[in-house]
Amino acid sequence: MKVTRLITLLISMSSVSHARAEWALNMPRGVTEISQSVFDLHMIIFWICVAIGVVVFGVMFWSIFHHRQSRGAKAHHFHENTFVEIIWTLVPFAILIAMAIPATATLVKMYDPSDADIDIQVTGYQWKWRYQYLGEDIDFFSNTTTPLEQINNEEEKGENYLLEVDNPLVIPAGKKVRFLITSVDVIHSWWVPDFAVKKDAIPGFINESWTNVPEPGIYRGQCTELCGKNHGFMPVVVDVRPQAEYELWVAQQKNIKAQEIASAKQSISMEELMTKGEAVYQTSCAACHQANGEGIPNVFPGLKNSPIATGDINQHIDIVLNGKTGSAMQAFREQLSAVDLAAVITYERNAWGNNMGDKVEPVAIDKLKVAAKQ
Amino acid sequence: MNTMTKVEHTEHHGPAAGISRWFYTTNHKDIGTLYLWFSFAMFLTGGCMALMIRAELFQPGLQLIQPDFFNQMTTMHGLIMVFGAVMPAFVGLANWMLPMMVGAPDMALPRMNNWSFWILPFAFAMMLSTLFMDGGAPNFGWTFYAPLSTTYAPPSVTYFIFAVHMMGISSIMGAINIIATILNMRAPGMTMMKLPLFVWTWLITAFLLIAVMPVLAGVVTMMLMDIHFGTSFFNAAGGGDPVLFQHVFWFFGHPEVYIMILPAFGIVSEIIPTFARKRLFGYSSMVYATSSIAFLSFIVWAHHMFTVGLPLMGELFFMYATMLIAVPTGVKVFNWVATMFRGSMTFETPMLFAVAFVVLFTIGGFSGLMLAIAPADFQYHDTYFVVAHFHYVLVPGAVFAIMAGVYYWLPKWTGHYYPETMGKVHFWCSFVGVNLTFFPMHFIGLAGMPRRIPDYALQFADFNMVASIGAFIFGFSQLIFLVLIIKTIRGGSPATPEVWDEPEGLEWTIPSPAPYHTFTTPPEVK
Repeated sequence: MKVTRLITLLISMSSVSHARAEWALNMPRGVTEISQSVFDLHMIIFWICVAIGVVVFGVMFWSIFHHRQSRGAKAHHFHENTFVEIIWTLVPFAILIAMAIPATATLVKMYDPSDADIDIQVTGYQWKWRYQYLGEDIDFFSNTTTPLEQINNEEEKGENYLLEVDNPLVIPAGKKVRFLITSVDVIHSWWVPDFAVKKDAIPGFINESWTNVPEPGIYRGQCTELCGKNHGFMPVVVDVRPQAEYELWVAQQKNIKAQEIASAKQSISMEELMTKGEAVYQTSCAACHQANGEGIPNVFPGLKNSPIATGDINQHIDIVLNGKTGSAMQAFREQLSAVDLAAVITYERNAWGNNMGDKVEPVAIDKLKVAAKQ
Repeated sequence: MNTMTKVEHTEHHGPAAGISRWFYTTNHKDIGTLYLWFSFAMFLTGGCMALMIRAELFQPGLQLIQPDFFNQMTTMHGLIMVFGAVMPAFVGLANWMLPMMVGAPDMALPRMNNWSFWILPFAFAMMLSTLFMDGGAPNFGWTFYAPLSTTYAPPSVTYFIFAVHMMGISSIMGAINIIATILNMRAPGMTMMKLPLFVWTWLITAFLLIAVMPVLAGVVTMMLMDIHFGTSFFNAAGGGDPVLFQHVFWFFGHPEVYIMILPAFGIVSEIIPTFARKRLFGYSSMVYATSSIAFLSFIVWAHHMFTVGLPLMGELFFMYATMLIAVPTGVKVFNWVATMFRGSMTFETPMLFAVAFVVLFTIGGFSGLMLAIAPADFQYHDTYFVVAHFHYVLVPGAVFAIMAGVYYWLPKWTGHYYPETMGKVHFWCSFVGVNLTFFPMHFIGLAGMPRRIPDYALQFADFNMVASIGAFIFGFSQLIFLVLIIKTIRGGSPATPEVWDEPEGLEWTIPSPAPYHTFTTPPEVK
């Protein structure tokens, strides 16, 4: 495997026209007007640096070769020349001004979020993103879906290893979308290289950014600010759809929301709660408490035989819904539906030999959620 | 001049014998040696951590270490290399060389010199002990951004804060000593504009240290208050400001990166003229360039923060100011090249390291210029492109300059020439290793791999593998350096007082090895 990879590498490095080589060696051109002017800026500066490098290192290696003692070179004892020293202060200064002009123009364009068609609030959580469409009743979380088996090398890695999520951000093509970026816990950073959008998500702040993607497609990025243990597992996936398909999606989302509200009123069987609960646990809880419920000693408490999961049920519900301040335990009240919450709490009380026999009804959770809103 | 330092002088009050010599010593040469050995030990420790990181990143997937421990390794690697390896190595070189270069018998404040060294082993013992504590060592990166480092950190963060305080105290005491020595103890006739460049760069560095170490102390104290005393400097929920942390941190942190490079400029400016057999080109413009870099370093801190949501005017100001640093830095590089031009060059190990420094540091400077361009920085920021950039200026930059300095002055310290072939082998292994490690990082960074991730998407696999192989080559070739130094201390062909062909400076007028006490009567400089 390693040998084949090395061979692929050598092949891809040797052929410049190879599409993959271009893609792996350089910044992507991206798809938006901004990302393309950033790319051009990047290339201009790169070539200026290369040119300066060729001149400076050229003179240097020429001296190294021709002015070496072993070739009988005698040292010339000049050690000052005010004129050339002024020249090599002024010339770089002029080059810098030439670079600063296009850079300033691009930056000014990037800083203009006015007249956006859609506003989306992006919120960083440890370790997932929440997308709220302002003015539309759409609000969901986006979790990585790469299975632990792939991460732990027990399974073949998928094509989009670590760059895949359950609910991608969906936006329409050809519309100006404004992002309002914030965080609830630590600093994250929301980055999609193809849009040249990277902004930190900072608790207590709302940062602004925007994009206008002409081409439908799926664009992938990652969180880029160290945000704790699972920093490497916090992908950003944006699904850009044509306007009509986007509208269809919006309608679907509203439908799903209505169904969620309806199902919260119904009773669900214990078995169904346990199956659903396990799935929710794997997505939302296993990163910290581990899949086997044992936690990480001294970092994240385990749930197996824990005083919370085997103690007073109301306290257990409270901590899952409202989190624990000053710790990594988040408030899941908004993140999960009443059914999912009921299922996961039921699961935690009955899995790994906890066997409390408790069943939590979605209705009860729904009441608590409603009460918290008022 | 030589007659002033009689060899018999060392005989009646030379160094004490045994271990107490090292504990109680106030002699600048002994303290310099202590600093250099300490720094080398930390370099290997931090290096082992780097190898652990590179081993994990050899392939995608988690195979050797878990993400939380990976974060502890990146944090400790950064802190140890910055505060434990690079800075103490420069202080060690300063202790050894500054008094000899300015014609002084010792540092101005020898008792404090002993203190400023001996604080360090305790600070680092405390920092390393956090690895064995409940919840593990600090795991929030060497930049320890709040609120990750305050609200969500392991309990060992308090020990980390105390360790940082101690390092700061040590650095400030060292800096005071260096300033006092340079300003007060120069030999008669040695005017400021006759100071060797290594002395000049250290003088400027010492002022930077005094200016910014209290800022670091301030920021960690604010963290301590937030963690234990209920304040909310950095806690948004209590009315605090997480971005304030970054402003304060980088007001320290940016000048700090120049603290780690200015003395390297000085070392290289000593070595290149010696092996080009010419005087340094543009001495005075070198001094002015160094001072301008130091000044500019105070007004560019926010270029580390282009993505935090600065206002447009802020971004523009910090972009322009950062780009300006390229001008004095360029002057320095041009001057080094002009010094080599029409010289009579030979390539002993110190010169190889110095030439590699000029080339590779310049490459790091180019990527720095690219990073300065704010709109492009949105793409580069917090990717491996940044990792490549700062490792190019710190490893083949600062670390190569330190090694160049060690090779250059080793015969003066020990009285023996080092084995030249072995030195060259060390150089070439390091050179190949460093480039294999850090050059591919430019590519994976541009292709979109964020820094500080323990596992990565498949398209980054090839170059990560190359980088890991390079890291192991670089790491293990340092053992050659260790063996070489021990061999040179134990013996070797005796060195002349000049060591090299007619080098400039007072340090070459005294015998090799340098006697325990030098310049009891100040030498006259014409």
